[in-house]
Amino acid sequence: MSSLIQMLKPKTKSQTTTMFAWALIAPAAMVMFWIVLWPLYETFRLSFTNSNLGTLMGGADFIGWENYEKAIGGRKFPSIVTRTFYWMFLSVGFKMILGLIGATLLASNIRGRGLMRALVMPPWIVPIAIGCFGWLWLYNGHFGLLSNFAEMVGITNGPFSFLAYKQSAFYSAVVTDVWIGTPMVTLFFLAAMQGVPKDLYEAAYVDGASRWYRFRRITLPQIMPTIVSMALLSAIWTFNSFEIIWILTEGGPRGATTTLIIDTFKTAIFSYKFGAGATRAVLVVLILGVFSVIYLTVLGRLSKKYGYGGVQK
Amino acid sequence: MMDKYSLLHKIGIYASLALFILFMLLPFVEMFVASLRPITHLFSRPELEVGETMGFVDFMSRFWSDTMSFQAYRDMWVTVPQLPRYIFNSVFIASAVTLLSMCFIIPAAYAYARFNFRGKTTSLTLFLAVNMFSGAVLLIPLYKLLRSYGLLNTYWAMIIPGVAFLIPTGIWLLKSFLEKIPYELEEAAFVDGASRLYTLRRVILPLAVPGLIVVGVAMFIGAYAQQFLFAITFNQDRDYMPLPAGIFEFVGYQTVLWNEMMAASLVGILPVLLIFLFMQKHLISGLTSGAVKE
Repeated sequence: MSSLIQMLKPKTKSQTTTMFAWALIAPAAMVMFWIVLWPLYETFRLSFTNSNLGTLMGGADFIGWENYEKAIGGRKFPSIVTRTFYWMFLSVGFKMILGLIGATLLASNIRGRGLMRALVMPPWIVPIAIGCFGWLWLYNGHFGLLSNFAEMVGITNGPFSFLAYKQSAFYSAVVTDVWIGTPMVTLFFLAAMQGVPKDLYEAAYVDGASRWYRFRRITLPQIMPTIVSMALLSAIWTFNSFEIIWILTEGGPRGATTTLIIDTFKTAIFSYKFGAGATRAVLVVLILGVFSVIYLTVLGRLSKKYGYGGVQK
Repeated sequence: MMDKYSLLHKIGIYASLALFILFMLLPFVEMFVASLRPITHLFSRPELEVGETMGFVDFMSRFWSDTMSFQAYRDMWVTVPQLPRYIFNSVFIASAVTLLSMCFIIPAAYAYARFNFRGKTTSLTLFLAVNMFSGAVLLIPLYKLLRSYGLLNTYWAMIIPGVAFLIPTGIWLLKSFLEKIPYELEEAAFVDGASRLYTLRRVILPLAVPGLIVVGVAMFIGAYAQQFLFAITFNQDRDYMPLPAGIFEFVGYQTVLWNEMMAASLVGILPVLLIFLFMQKHLISGLTSGAVKE
């Protein structure tokens, strides 16, 4: 016993520091272990069983790779995966472009800039679910603003229900996702733009560089770390995006907006097929894992190259 | 000189900004307009004959008419008598999540900001990796976990996952605040013989108050926003339901009472909107500090 205590006793100052630091981190780490890590392991385990409502708390049979074969071999699976990636690229692309445009506009030296900056923020801070209720009404066919407007301008001849048709429902969901994601992207781009040393612009200006040239040759390269890291983070969040699609369409009509996350939720929570749902969750985790590795590697590179701190939610 | 714009430029900038802001605020404007219209008016297309197309005046009549009133803001409390309870639940859950998560965030962020120790980078990376998962992929085991503790259909069912998914972001944010407090202050305290914990409590925390407030507000906004998924999966009890889930009650009736639903939604976002208005400047600079090179 005494030898054990002897062993645990710090021998150097750095060991004391390590132990003290870990003591401070321990509570947070334990929560992570309990609520994230262990459930993650459980998801993996469940994905190899036929767990359902009756056998949730134990007693499910181990069935090997059957869930995976069924999920990946399923008739709808390829289209769901393609759709998820299409959803992600489209939405992230628009968020980046709109974010860049918005940040450039907000960075310009005009009156009322502070107020406008604040006016851009609400979609980000308001609960996603509540923002989606607003969009639900906007997309309404007979009484919604968008349909009425389209009719007035003459694009459509009568009421058009945006969420009732496969194509329009998908793109409507993209628009709402872009709406929710753009403010944060804009804000981070704006902050990055304001961090670009002013003398760079002044030097270029003296040399007669046009505004567009300065944007292309100074602003863009200087904020590139932020752009890359926002793009990757947005990609991860868009991939995970659940509430927007669920509230607008519940994955419909006829599966047109069913992404991997929606499919996971439907299988697990609505059909009570916990095993099969866990399998889909594992596939999501694997894909996200690849993203995360890319993200962290890129972040590491950027911080070496630019001394860059990174972006968090 | 460089920042001078020609008149045309200025008009262009303002016009584009107006469009951009219109896109960002359109749903809220429409929610407000819808909340003012009586339900019969809401569900009547502008008086059109069959085959007639909608004109500009017909279209504008949706924004302004004599029948508009704040009636929905009175009626909604009658239609859904539980509404005050839902709003209270939302605020209560968000506050509890904020307070609890700060208890975990402060010590960890302090350790990461101040010490060099073995496993620092690895563990910080692991914390950040948690951000990559949404709660949606962990729902089944979390459901099991909460059920085995008998916590389903309680406040805890929404608080516990809420805390867990906010801790990593919180640590990261607070860490960058604490790093800005000069280390000399702590050294001085050490020299005077203060213990580490005493230093944390009496030297660091008072100096970190602005940072703590910003992180706390960010956590509150995050906690207020993330309630929907956990609420619809882990809680069936209407007494504990937060507002985003409770609002669905307006849908359950024979017709969707859109005007009251929109009114309730707007009232429901008031708490975060007010906090944001007051904290706007600090919040924005605090959240984006990582994006700026030091």
